[in-house]
Amino acid sequence: MMAADPVSLPSAPPAGASGARGLFWLAYAEALAIPMLALLVSALLFSLFLLVLGKSPAQFFQLVWLGGFGTAFSWSNTLLRAAPLMLTALAVAIPARLGMTMIGAEGALVLGGFAAAAIALPMIGTTDPWLMNAVMLLAAIMIGGLWTGLAGSLRRYRGVNETISTLLLSYIAIAIMNFFVEGALRDPADPNKPSTRNIGAEAMIGKIPGIDVHWGLAFAIGACILLYILMLRTTFGFACAVAGGNPRAALAQGLPVGRLVVIASMIAGACAGLAGFFEVAAVHGKANASLAAGYGFTGILVAFLARHHPLAIIPVAILFGGIAAAGGIIQRRMGLPDASVLLLQGLCFVVLLASETLYGRLRLFNPALRTERT
Amino acid sequence: MTFELLSRRALLKGTAAGVAAASFGLPNAVRAATNVTIGIVYVGPKDDFGWNQAHAVSIGALKATPGVKIIEEENVPETAAVAKSMESMINLEGANLILATSFGYFNPFMVDVAKKYPKVTLRHAAPLWEKGKHPDNAGSYFGYLDQAHYVNGVAAGLSTKTNKIGFVAAKPISSVLRNINSVLWGARSVNPNATLQVIFTGDWALPVREAEAANALIGAGCDILTCHVDSPKVVIETAERRGIKSLGHNASQAPLAPKGFITGAEYKWETIYKVFADAIAKGQPVPNVVFGGYDKDMVRNTAFGAGAEEPARKAAEAAIADLKANKPLLKGPVKDNKGNVVLPNASYDNFDRVLDGMNFLAEGVVGSIT
Repeated sequence: MMAADPVSLPSAPPAGASGARGLFWLAYAEALAIPMLALLVSALLFSLFLLVLGKSPAQFFQLVWLGGFGTAFSWSNTLLRAAPLMLTALAVAIPARLGMTMIGAEGALVLGGFAAAAIALPMIGTTDPWLMNAVMLLAAIMIGGLWTGLAGSLRRYRGVNETISTLLLSYIAIAIMNFFVEGALRDPADPNKPSTRNIGAEAMIGKIPGIDVHWGLAFAIGACILLYILMLRTTFGFACAVAGGNPRAALAQGLPVGRLVVIASMIAGACAGLAGFFEVAAVHGKANASLAAGYGFTGILVAFLARHHPLAIIPVAILFGGIAAAGGIIQRRMGLPDASVLLLQGLCFVVLLASETLYGRLRLFNPALRTERT
Repeated sequence: MTFELLSRRALLKGTAAGVAAASFGLPNAVRAATNVTIGIVYVGPKDDFGWNQAHAVSIGALKATPGVKIIEEENVPETAAVAKSMESMINLEGANLILATSFGYFNPFMVDVAKKYPKVTLRHAAPLWEKGKHPDNAGSYFGYLDQAHYVNGVAAGLSTKTNKIGFVAAKPISSVLRNINSVLWGARSVNPNATLQVIFTGDWALPVREAEAANALIGAGCDILTCHVDSPKVVIETAERRGIKSLGHNASQAPLAPKGFITGAEYKWETIYKVFADAIAKGQPVPNVVFGGYDKDMVRNTAFGAGAEEPARKAAEAAIADLKANKPLLKGPVKDNKGNVVLPNASYDNFDRVLDGMNFLAEGVVGSIT
C-alpha cells in the first residue's frame, strides 16, 4: 500500500521541462495538505462520536490544548512522551522508505533497554557515570540494531515477510527480557516488582537545562535530522528510495538491494534501541516489564502520519505526545474512558490510510490532470 | 524554571485560600473543603472486578466528604507517564493529596514527584515508604489481604470434596506467595488433608492463560478455584461454567458466580480513605503510614454466596473473630514444599516483617516458583 510512496515524496519531485520549481512546491503543498485534511476529517468524525455520547467536542479539543500545549508544564509533559515516539517512528519510517513495513520497534526498544541495564550491572558504583552511559548507549543501539537486523536478514536471505517477523520478534524480545528480569538478573532487594538492579542516581541521565525533559529529546530530534540527511540527501538514501520504488529496477541498476534492506532494518532497530536506552538511563533506572509501554506501537502511527519523512516525524510525534499528555485531564474533567484517546488515534490512522489514495488525484496539486481533461 | 514558578504560584494560591479561610474562623470542615483536591491514579480500568475497582469503589467514601473534590485517572502505565499524570493533577487542577495505587508507581516516579512538590501530600498503596529514606510528604497505606485469604482457605477446607484447591497466580512475588500459602494454611487449619495446586501465568493480566490455567486445575481434580491476578473475572467465570466452587480476590466477584461462589478476600480501602478524609476535614496532616488487617478493619471477606455451606460459614466466621482479636494465624515451624524449615519459630505475629518478604511455597502446595 505504501510501496510507491517513498519515491513520490517531495524530495524527488516529478521533473518537468518547464515550471519544475512550481511543481516542486506543489508536491510539498500536497504532502502537507493531505495529512492535514486527514487530521481534520478524523477530528470531525471524533466530534460526531462525542456528540453521540452527549459530550462537548469543543471542551474536548480545548482540554487537548490545555493538557498538551496550554502551559509550560503541559509542554514538558508532551515533549517527554514525544521523545521515545520520534525514535520508534524512525524505526518504522526508515525501512518504509525501502518499501518494508516493519512494526517491531517495541521489541527492539525493550531489548535495547534491557541490554543497557544488563551491561551496566557490573559497573554500578564503580565506573565513571559518563563511561557507563556510553557503554550502555552502545549496547542498546547494537542489540536493537542486531535484533531488527535479524528480521531484515530473514527477509533478505529467506524471503520471510518482514511485517510478520518483526511483530513476532517483538514478543520474543519482551519474553527474553522477562526471562532474565524474573530470573538470573533479578534484583533480590526488590521482592515485589521483578527488575534488574538500579543503575544508581549518579548514573542517571539528567534533564535538558531550562526544560523539564531528559536528554533523550535532544538525541531524538538529532536522530531525525541525521536520518533526514542520510535518507534524502545522500546517495545511500537515494539508493534506498529506488530500491523501495522498484526493487527489480534497482537490482538492474546494480544497487545492492539485499544489503540495503539489512542496513535499513539495523538503523531502524538502533533507533528503537536508543529509545530503550533513555527509558532505562533517564526514566526507570532499571529494566523491568514497564519498558514495554506501547511506544513502539504508537510509533507506527506517527511514522505513517509523517509519511515516513524523518523531519515530519518531529511535529507529528509532538502532536501525538500532546494528545497522550492530555489523556489524563480529558478523563478527569469529562469522565471519558481512557480508551477515547486511543479511539482518536485509531480514527486518525484509518482516515490517514484512506487519504493515501488522494495523492496525485487532486487537480489543485497536479496541473497535469487539469490539462488532460480539458 | 518556569515550571517551578507555575507550581509555586498554584501552591501559593491554595495556601492563601487556606489562610484566608482560617482567619475568618470558619468551622474546620468547611475550611478544608475549600481547598482539598484528591487525585487518584489507577494502573488499569476502574471496573476490572479487581484491584482497581476495589480502590475506585472505596474512594466513594471520600467523595461524600463535603467539598472534597476527587479527580481520577485510569489505565496509567508504570512509566514516566504516571509522574506526569500526578504532576498534571497538581499543576493543572491544584491537587494537594495524590493517591498512587499501583506498586510500580512508587520508585522512582512518586518519590521524584514528592521531592519536586514538597507541599503536596502523596500516598502509595503498598508497604514501601521508609522514614528518612523517602521524602516526608510521601507515605504508604496497605491492607494485609493474606488474612482474608486465610479465611477463604478455612471456608474452602470444609467445602472441598477432592481435597484439592486450585490457585491461578500472576507472578511468584512475595505478596502473591503469601496469599497462596495463607489459603493453604487456612484450609489445613480445618482439614489436614487439604492440598493446594498453583499455576503461575507470568503476568498480571493474561485472560487467555488464566482461562487455560483454570481449566487445567479443574482437569487435575481441583473442585475449588481462587486466584491472585489483577482481574479475577476469568477464573471465577470459568469455575462457575465448569460447575465448581470459587473464592474471590481483591473486590467482590459474587455476581459472577451465583451458584458456586463461597466467599472472597476483599480490601476495605474505604477504612483507610476515611482516615485520610477525617484528617483532612480536621485540618490535620494525613498519617505517613496506615496499614492493618482484620484488626483494623482494613480487609474483609465477601458476603457468603450459594457455594458456602453451614459448617464452612461457621468456621470462616470463627477465623474472622480470631483475626480481629489479632490471634496469630501462623503456627510454626513452617516447612516449604521441598521439606526445608523456612520459618523456625513456633508462632509469628500477623504483621511480622519477616513475613513481608515471603519467598517460598508452603508444605502442601503443589507447584514451583522457578
